[in-house]
Formats: sequence, C-alpha cells, structure tokens
Amino acid sequence: MTTTKEAPVVVPDFGDEETDRKICFIASKGTLDMVYPSLIMANAALGEGIETHIFFTFWGMDIITKELQEDLQFTWMGNTAMHPPGKKLHMPQGMAGLPGMTKIATKMMKKQIADLDVPEVPEMVQMIADAGGQLWACKMSADMMGLEMDDFVDGVQGIISATDFVELSEGAQVIFT
Amino acid sequence: MPVATIAGSDVAVDAEGFMTEFEQWSEDIGVFLAEQIGIELTDRHWEVIRFVRADYQAQGETPTLRRVSTIGGVPTKELFQLFPKKPAKKMSYIAGVPKPHGCV
Repeated sequence: MTTTKEAPVVVPDFGDEETDRKICFIASKGTLDMVYPSLIMANAALGEGIETHIFFTFWGMDIITKELQEDLQFTWMGNTAMHPPGKKLHMPQGMAGLPGMTKIATKMMKKQIADLDVPEVPEMVQMIADAGGQLWACKMSADMMGLEMDDFVDGVQGIISATDFVELSEGAQVIFT
Repeated sequence: MPVATIAGSDVAVDAEGFMTEFEQWSEDIGVFLAEQIGIELTDRHWEVIRFVRADYQAQGETPTLRRVSTIGGVPTKELFQLFPKKPAKKMSYIAGVPKPHGCV
C-alpha cells in the first residue's frame, strides 16, 4: 500500500466520545398509524449512537405481542384529518364505519409504508432490538391483558412497573406517543 | 468546495469532510478515511463498503442500514459492531458516498 499520510481538511465529528444522551419512548397506541412514530424515531436515535428505550403500555403492548404485532389495523374513524394521499378531499366519517373499511384502509396504508421501503412492524421491532434498543413491557398492562414474557417477541427485556420506568428514564428525554 | 489531498490524490469533500465525487474514490482512500475515524478495515468491512458503492451506483442514492442488511446481507447487529455507534454515517464516509437520507 502506498498510501500517503496527509490529513484531510476535515474529519467528520461522529461524536465518538462518550455521550450521556438517552431517549425513552412511551408507546401507548396500537393503531397502525400511531405505532410508527416511536419505532421510526427510536431506530433513528440508535443509528446516532444514542441509548434508546421503548416502554410499551396499553394498546402499545400489541407492538411486541407475538400474536398481534403483524395484525395492527388502521381506521380513519374519529380522524377528521384523513384524506387520500396528496389529495384535498376529506373522507366522510360515516364511510369509515362501513363493514370491511378498516381492512381496506389498513391494506392501503401498509402498501404506502412498503412503497417507502419501510418494514412492517415485526421486522421494525426486530431491527430496533438488533440495533441495541431496549424494549420494556408495562406491568399493569401485562396484568390487565393476561400477558407474560412468553407472549412477547424476542428482544423484550422485561416487564417493568411505572416506577421502574421512571427510574430507568432518569436524565433521559422522554417522548410519549 | 474544499479539496483534500488523500492517498496522493486531490479529492473534493463537503464542509463535514464527506467526499462529494463518487469517481474520485479508491480503495487506498477508503483505508485512509477509515483510519481517520479509528476503523481498521477487515474483509467484512470491505463487503459492506463494496455493497454501499455498488448500490449507490445502481440506485443513485446511499443505501440505508436496512438495505445493507436485507439486500447486502450483513445483519444489523454486525453493522453496529463493524461501524460502532453511527454505522450509516461511518460506512458512507469510508465508501465516499453521501450520508443516507432515508428515515429507516
């Protein structure tokens, strides 16, 4: 190798020195459109080398429950902002209640997500765990729903109480979704 | 646009130090850039870097981490070991391509 050692003008700062930045997401929703915000942001935070936790609670438990995570649904019922992609056209609320409409809306949203090359929920959760994200299930929700560790996907580290989460998130930026 | 002299050749870089001209890159430059950020390149690193460059050339944009793992075949966990902490940025820096723009 005949590499000449000359320093480049600038070496990017990859922030390799230890940082104490820490982000904790609380994922409390189980509708398809509301589970992505925390998953996408957690994945981005991990890619920046930041310690990242997600605390799943209430309907957010579905995101890490083996039986349910690939079957999350989307409806625009109660969401008056709903319009077809890129169109100034509001969807009547009554239409959302028609039989089969949730299935159609879910299918359409899944397609839009896939078109962006963004993985479905199970793969997204796996990716976050592989990237070092720490996943926690809420104790009260687990008790309410009769769920145990065996019901959760690999990567979930434990079932913890609200107090445990408050301790764990000391000094962290906490984001509720 | 700043110009840096690396491995005996002049290369265009942006304000952060990322190369801006795909064609100016060589493996010697890759080795040098990796050294700058404390990475010693193994065969496995090279697999990633070659994939990133080939995919950039084919797609016109830097692959995201997910693409490197699903299509390039290097699992996410391993990417974080090879290029600690900020794998997407580090692999693009070494491969002489822009930072990935995708969210995932």
